[in-house]
Amino acid sequence: MDEFQSPPGDVKDPFTDPGLYDYANREPRLPDPVDGSVDELDIPTDTRIDLYEMQQVLRQVEKRAYDLFMQNLVKGTSHLSLGMEAVAAGFAKAMRPDDYTFATYRGHAHTLARGAPPGEVLAELLGRENGLLAGKGGSMHLTSVEHGMMGSYAIIGAHLCIANGAAWSAQLRGTDQVAVCFFGDGTTNIGAFHEALNLAAVWDLPVVFVCENNLYMEYTPSDLVAAVPHPAAGRAPAYGLDEIVIDGNDADVVYVTAQDAIDKARRGDGPSLVEAVTYRQGGHSRADPGKYRPADEVEAWLARDPIPMYHQRLLRLGVDEGRLSGISQDVARRVAEATEFAKGGQPPGEDLLMTDVWADGGAAWRN
Amino acid sequence: MAELTYRQAVAHGIAQEMRRDPDLVMLGEDIAGAGGVFKTTVGLLEEFGPRRVRDTPISEQAILGAAMGAAMTGVPVIAEIMFSDFLAVCFDILANAKSRYMTAGQVSVPMVVRTANGGGSRFGAQHSQSVENWCMMIPGLKVVAPSTPGDVVGLLAAAVRDPDPVVFFEHKSLMATKEDVEEAEILDELGKARIVREGTDCTIVALALMVPRALEAAERLASDGISAEVIDVRTLVPLDTETILGSVAKTSRLFTVEENPRLCGWGAEITSIVSEEAFWDLDGPIVRITTPHIPLPAADALEDMAIPSADRVYETVVANLA
Repeated sequence: MDEFQSPPGDVKDPFTDPGLYDYANREPRLPDPVDGSVDELDIPTDTRIDLYEMQQVLRQVEKRAYDLFMQNLVKGTSHLSLGMEAVAAGFAKAMRPDDYTFATYRGHAHTLARGAPPGEVLAELLGRENGLLAGKGGSMHLTSVEHGMMGSYAIIGAHLCIANGAAWSAQLRGTDQVAVCFFGDGTTNIGAFHEALNLAAVWDLPVVFVCENNLYMEYTPSDLVAAVPHPAAGRAPAYGLDEIVIDGNDADVVYVTAQDAIDKARRGDGPSLVEAVTYRQGGHSRADPGKYRPADEVEAWLARDPIPMYHQRLLRLGVDEGRLSGISQDVARRVAEATEFAKGGQPPGEDLLMTDVWADGGAAWRN
Repeated sequence: MAELTYRQAVAHGIAQEMRRDPDLVMLGEDIAGAGGVFKTTVGLLEEFGPRRVRDTPISEQAILGAAMGAAMTGVPVIAEIMFSDFLAVCFDILANAKSRYMTAGQVSVPMVVRTANGGGSRFGAQHSQSVENWCMMIPGLKVVAPSTPGDVVGLLAAAVRDPDPVVFFEHKSLMATKEDVEEAEILDELGKARIVREGTDCTIVALALMVPRALEAAERLASDGISAEVIDVRTLVPLDTETILGSVAKTSRLFTVEENPRLCGWGAEITSIVSEEAFWDLDGPIVRITTPHIPLPAADALEDMAIPSADRVYETVVANLA
């Protein structure tokens, strides 16, 4: 009977533990303290200013998107990246213009970070003809091929496999482009994640997989549904990859990690898997107030907001407060213009309904 | 001319296109070293090398994802999914291939997904299904299912050169059939059905393995004095309704012969179109001859009862024209 041992004492039994799903009263998962040595990283001030500005753009556009929901101008759902800006900014800054981005439905920030115009992004959320996708894709499918943003995929997992394909294509064409694929902690439990990592490793593909671990897969704490404490990095050894866990709320940490992983891929040394620990300040989607999270946890992570933290760093490094507030004001002005552009767009006309199913521009399936 | 089996025609067609387009690559399980489990890719590794002909792990999502990502970034791809039943494990990516519309025309996905389809091999319900109708339901996918070696070469070429995603169904029970095929380049056209036997009393519309069975039935009907016209649909999307409606205008009776299970088979769509647009041409009800709505059984005796046979086609037509 020795092989039938009782489970360890800390394993909860869902049939007997009524508290198992009482997420709001769980032990909070608090952020690590900021690593003070990051100030010393050898990052040019201009680069840091760019990272600051980009985070401001992402933050202010997402806040505006939220305001537009409140005004009932956004008809569908939307998944904001408020609080997660450092990941998108840090990676985008380390990418070359011809590199490829793949994202999930939480893709506004990644699309903006590659340079897509905020007005067209907001117009797409509003379902207007002047939207990035003429209103045909919506919030969850933002794409801007001219900026290397190859799509937002709303069914998680598949896009890791598709990012592999873009990386394979770069390999075949002999360019040294790199594909960077973003996804959440929830994606690490779907089969396509594992298929993609294995193939990328076997084929030495120039791809960087970036898990934005915001601690919740939709409404469920991800540590309850993943077999290992770090849902991405904990799986890396199975594919011969390094376990990389970073502070996803520090744009400098993200930026230097991204540079390393992208350089490695560009050199032909294969894929990386980066787990950037972060926190979404809002709920999963428009419909979700996020009340399943312990209040002290939310409070602690709000105090670790990536943008004020970065602001403080720049001041410590001698950047003038006036310069930073000037950037913030300039972004606010651009976002106001973008909002006017979006609101000024017309609803897509009937002529757009039946276009672009096929390469000939039409939708005919019969003669 | 050279005599080719259907399976040789697949490799011949791929080779024709890989010689024409040095960027074209292919990937799939056991396609390189082993030449394919159906021997449909024999010789391709030797001619085109491991860079262009790649074996993959058993990871259908990784295969189709790699194909889609490569296609959308400028590398045309042929992906093989070993059995069409396995499309179920990577269906998300197949359905995602409609990116062109979602992105208002920004993204093109010039990929061909080849897969072995259909019954007759006594493999049971997970390796024998006819699933062409699954793909027919997704706007943005083209669907091709050739019935002869010559069509395999020509339609495969058309599929590869098409800028949109095409699912190409190769029928397992046709692999050993033979035909003389032009040695010069063959390029066919998607969306063109073929009248494979002319007739005046009824129209029988069939696809893939059902085409030779419909032809055999037509031969027997002829000896009974019934002149049946047989149409090989060849591509379900785009669908050549003109040829079908033209034939019905002439014969006034329509039968579809489908290997897929009854519900939502492609014949239902054709039936709907003909009854809407050619109702007054008809002299009697449209009759669908299909596999019953059951999972396909393994035993040869049962599988042969399930899939429409030449006998069943013959008897159904006779009973309905009497």
